Amino acid sequence: MAYSEKVVDHYNNPRNVGSFAKDTPGIGTGLVGAPECGDVMKLQIKVNLETGLIEDAKFKTFGCGSAIASSSLATEWLKGKTVDEAAKIKNTDIVNELKLPPVKIHCSVLAEDAIKAALTDYREKWASARAAADSK
Amino acid sequence: MALKFPIFLDAQSTTPVDPRVVDAMLPYFTEKFGHPASRNHPFGWEAEAAVDEARAQLARLIGARDAKELVFTSGGTESINLAIKGVAEMYREKGNHIVTTVIEQRAGLDVCKRLERQGFEVAYVPVQPDGLVDVETVRKAVTDKTILISVMFANNEIGTIQDVAAIGKLAKEKGIIFHTDATQALGKIPVDVEAMGIDLLSCTSHLIYGPKGVGALYVRRKAPRVRIAPLIDGGGHERGMRSGTLPVPLIVGFGRAAEICGEVMAEERTRLAGLRDHLQDVILSNVDEAFLNGHPERRLPHNLNISFAYVEGESVLMGLNKETALSSGSACTSSTLEPSYVIAALGASAELAHSSIRFSLHRFNTAEEIDYVGQRTLEVVKRLREMSPLYELAKEGVDIKSIQWKAE
Repeated sequence: MAYSEKVVDHYNNPRNVGSFAKDTPGIGTGLVGAPECGDVMKLQIKVNLETGLIEDAKFKTFGCGSAIASSSLATEWLKGKTVDEAAKIKNTDIVNELKLPPVKIHCSVLAEDAIKAALTDYREKWASARAAADSK
Repeated sequence: MALKFPIFLDAQSTTPVDPRVVDAMLPYFTEKFGHPASRNHPFGWEAEAAVDEARAQLARLIGARDAKELVFTSGGTESINLAIKGVAEMYREKGNHIVTTVIEQRAGLDVCKRLERQGFEVAYVPVQPDGLVDVETVRKAVTDKTILISVMFANNEIGTIQDVAAIGKLAKEKGIIFHTDATQALGKIPVDVEAMGIDLLSCTSHLIYGPKGVGALYVRRKAPRVRIAPLIDGGGHERGMRSGTLPVPLIVGFGRAAEICGEVMAEERTRLAGLRDHLQDVILSNVDEAFLNGHPERRLPHNLNISFAYVEGESVLMGLNKETALSSGSACTSSTLEPSYVIAALGASAELAHSSIRFSLHRFNTAEEIDYVGQRTLEVVKRLREMSPLYELAKEGVDIKSIQWKAE
């Protein structure tokens, strides 16, 4: 199977690899997939509680090149978005951008799941802190 | 010597044709183009003589008493089909039971599955964690309806070499026909149909530095005389077992390739095992939680299969594939999205099955190539572990199995 240029680029130069400390204010963490399925993604967002914008994002992925590229791309797209805007990222956007073949669509689905999980985690932990900042 | 890229370390998928084999084949495309079944003119005689010579060369490599016991086919897959289906059809009245193993290559398993749909019963014997089939387990699987025992000689993924002679002996005791798929073993390690009690043996040319598109099935003629029903009917070529015009150039190449393997085997085995052992040492002594798959000693000299915990196999291949051709048991390299059933059959976790990499060496690999691949593998695994959430969790002391993963 030949990889698209964009997948190869993300694989060779993954954006935003790394981790944030989970309990830092504004951090939302998503951990999705399963080792026995061959794909696990950890995706984290760092939301500025003053502005409500995602100012940084990081990932770590166990999986094939397309899974790595999907999560790398997701972190790029998340930066600068609000939480509500981030929730609108769809797996099909990732498929189109990376030109994933049908057999790799599950990688994009997992990336969307990782985004959703990170947003949920953020909301559960920090939405009230954010609301307090906003009402000031 | 400067390295030439890409480096081929996928020699259990196929091998390059030896230039000496090509030289032997070339005349049979043009001036010696006769049909070996043309009995009335020199073109036919010449072609028939060439086929006979190739048959004899192959017979010598497997210790067959009579070259006539070899039937040429289109390759390993056809040979396996012919052996198993041929016995099933011919001996159906005697019984409907077949004993095989869970780690046979796809052709063997798929033929058995088809036969099951046609009313046969198949016992798939498990393997031990080292990939070896326990002969006693085979014995227990045999019933009074068993007409065939089919066990591969050496495995295509992990290279584990079965105790073929012991299984041959068991088959003799029970009066059951014994087939072995020797596609991976032929030309690499000694194979002797007489000493090992093999009744049917499948092999292929392209894994022994011969051309693609030709293989053979050894069919024992004496003690016992094995009979098989053909898959292909027609002009009655190959003693009625495989009709169709023989591809003379391919057969000549197969024969020459077999002859060369016989001549160089002792030296080549030692050399490739040395290179393989070096590669294994470099990897296992520099990577934590890297595991050898298969039996550490009883394995093909050119095979090395390692699982790298916390990194997925295809992503390792992707890091190397510009410069090195390898293969993985990762689901992402297969069309089914299932990880290697061979690695899974060893009792390894599915995660480790997703993380397996097969290095398979060939006649033309050099020590410099192996050194290079070893170093690059270390770099790629290190880089991927740095971006692996599982490695991070493991380093934090989290037991990955304790996490509630949501499997898709």
